[in-house]
Amino acid sequence: MIVAATNQLLELALALLAAPLLLGWVNKCRAWLQNRSAPSIWLPYRNLHKLFHKDAVLADNASLLFRAAPYVVFGSMVVAAAIIPSVGTALPSAYVADAIALVGLFATARVFMSLAAMDIGTAFGTLGARREMMIGFLAEPALLMVIFTASLIASSTSLVAISTAFVTRELAIYPSLAFAAIAFMLVLLAENARIPVDNPATHLELTMIHEAMLLEYSARHLALMEWAAALKLFNYAAIGIALFVPWGIARGDAGYVELLAGAPILALKLLSFGAGLALIETLSAKLRIFRAPEFLATAFLFAVLGMLVHLLLGS
Amino acid sequence: MSTRAQLQWQWIGGTPPAWRAAVEADQWTSVARTMHGDGARLLALWGGERRSDAARIEVLAAYLDQEGLRVTELDVPRDVATIPSIAEVYPAALRMERALHDLLGVRAANGDARPWLRHASWPAGYLPLRRDQPEPPRAPGITDNYAFVMVSGDGVHEIPVGPVHASIIEPGHFRFSVAGEKVLRLEQRLGYAHKGVERLFQHRPLDQGHRLAARICGDSTVAYSWAYCRALEGMSGCEVTARCAWLRALALELERIANHLGDLGALGNDAGFAFGLAQFSRVKEDLLRTLYDAFGQRYLMDYVVPGGVARDLAPASISALTTRLVATEHEVRAMRAIYDDHPGVHDRFHDAGTVLPQLAARLGLTGLAGRASDQAFDLRVDHPWAPWSTFPAKLATRSSGDVLARVAVRFDEVLESIRICRAWLRLLPEGAVQRDLGTPLAGALAFGLVEGWRGPVFIALEAGAEGRTHRCHVHDPSWQNWPALEHAIMDNIVPDFPLINKSFNLAYSGHDL
Repeated sequence: MIVAATNQLLELALALLAAPLLLGWVNKCRAWLQNRSAPSIWLPYRNLHKLFHKDAVLADNASLLFRAAPYVVFGSMVVAAAIIPSVGTALPSAYVADAIALVGLFATARVFMSLAAMDIGTAFGTLGARREMMIGFLAEPALLMVIFTASLIASSTSLVAISTAFVTRELAIYPSLAFAAIAFMLVLLAENARIPVDNPATHLELTMIHEAMLLEYSARHLALMEWAAALKLFNYAAIGIALFVPWGIARGDAGYVELLAGAPILALKLLSFGAGLALIETLSAKLRIFRAPEFLATAFLFAVLGMLVHLLLGS
Repeated sequence: MSTRAQLQWQWIGGTPPAWRAAVEADQWTSVARTMHGDGARLLALWGGERRSDAARIEVLAAYLDQEGLRVTELDVPRDVATIPSIAEVYPAALRMERALHDLLGVRAANGDARPWLRHASWPAGYLPLRRDQPEPPRAPGITDNYAFVMVSGDGVHEIPVGPVHASIIEPGHFRFSVAGEKVLRLEQRLGYAHKGVERLFQHRPLDQGHRLAARICGDSTVAYSWAYCRALEGMSGCEVTARCAWLRALALELERIANHLGDLGALGNDAGFAFGLAQFSRVKEDLLRTLYDAFGQRYLMDYVVPGGVARDLAPASISALTTRLVATEHEVRAMRAIYDDHPGVHDRFHDAGTVLPQLAARLGLTGLAGRASDQAFDLRVDHPWAPWSTFPAKLATRSSGDVLARVAVRFDEVLESIRICRAWLRLLPEGAVQRDLGTPLAGALAFGLVEGWRGPVFIALEAGAEGRTHRCHVHDPSWQNWPALEHAIMDNIVPDFPLINKSFNLAYSGHDL
């Protein structure tokens, strides 16, 4: 029980602290791949530090919703981090919510962010919110299908149970999971405002999706939004690891040693995930926005294929 | 119907050869129509007070055709408020006519009474180019109510963008009327970078004006200062040495290469392909450093001076430049293969921001953007002087008129400029690089026309007394191309605008003056 509590706290702390680091790592890899001199890996922390020490500026017509949204969004991401197994599967809070509720948490954050973006009434905020909802309503079904495929194999919708099931079984190749993994990666790119769907590095207001919704935020509000975005990427990475490459995760009955061993294994996985993400982003150009539905339809198709393969072949 | 043959053309000379003729008000539009019918393109339209008689204003229109430059002059008594418009014949004239009204108070009957260059910074009655004007209040506190054209319909709304943008770019306001993501209409508002260049030229010693010209539009500094020097040398009867002419042309082509490299990188970046920006920025920076070593200036500012160039090119610099150009060519070819083979980049470039040749001809699209829409005009080819006359440049054109075409023309022009620069560096004539400038006569009028990297940069210079400037009108090709951008974005989607805008990359500073 104490081990489980330790794991829970460890995972939360890790998610909160390592999320900006993961972002810094992705940015560093991107710079290397483009032959640029890379920014410091600690840059996201410095940015957060800077933002938390600034005075917040709010639009005159900002309502409570606008001010509350950063806390809701950040809170959603923290709760999500608490129920996704990363270091170990002994997560007391994981019983609170399953993977479907997790998708709901992400949706909550999205809805609040979009409403806040429209709250101010600027053209860019509305533009971003509109596009975000378009991406969201296409990405969520694909994500659900991915989770269903894994759930069917593991006979549970709990992420902890799915992870445990894959780790404890003897090593077997699931073709259905391969399809699901491709679908998941596409959803991850779209949901985290990465190229080819959105460009996190752009300054062009007219092309933005995620960034356009944050244009009116400043100081601590912006810091929370940015941190939440980093957490979201971390969470998605952790979901992907838990579903598709859970090996090395400390099991439910593990002791402190396994927990300690689980952390570096997770770090290795995250490092390779970050490098892979940077590679995808470097090799692709941004899609025309009306190609994004095709992109996400492909994700959905792969997820459905994964499920069909499982149902037809039982693998 | 009046024809141009009936006008009294006075030969001025120069390359391309220029003529001027006085035109009566009732013939102003029909002359324009005849010019248009004969295939002449409108280069610029401007005006000013007469040197001899401040009570009279002259309005000038410059046309360019296969023979050369033809400038028509319309004499306007001061109390005449309205002149005929040529905007119906040459749509690009509309904004020039509006600017004419802002600066001189002469209204062309074009049906658009809104100001163009005048913003809230000076009151409506203040006419900056008239001599008898009191100084305007420094902060007049005028509210700026510009009547943008409203588009109505179900679900149509406006997106105002700028003049302050998120990145370090120049100020301009873009008013989009959109339905969802589709752009129904774009209306530009420019003039935020107006700094009264024409007033700054007045009474400036003629042999110092090139420094101001070089600072009008930093990315075309060679083109502007050369155009100014061509006008000044034309009226002074100074013919520069062969080596000087070649060095100036070399500087112009190097400016073209540097700008195209920067644009090609930025275009990749705007398509979400940051790799392109990183690579082209490196290639461009290497070139700029070589330019610094060879010319003492990264962007060659103040390299072209009246009567010559600021410094000769050392033999060591010639070989360094050649080596750099060979390396640049190698890199550009490699990057071109990457851009061509990348499906994502190709998809973004293809069919975005199309200006079909027919529309381009109607709007008078000029320069680089024109050549991408099959407007095969290039001063270096059409009216070449040394060294282009002995070692010609090949014209680069495309007919699809989309972003892809503008990218392709840039690639073609970079490679072509590298080719001719390498040849010129090999064949560079020996000799001095500076000649004495004669004294221009008061009242002399001369023109300078140079194909900058955006298109033809035009300067009309009129000498005053004591070697000072009476009037210097500067015209950037962006005047012709900004209106075309409004058409290019129609029926495209909002997020494609930055890419389309970048593919034109028009000047703000050069336009707003």
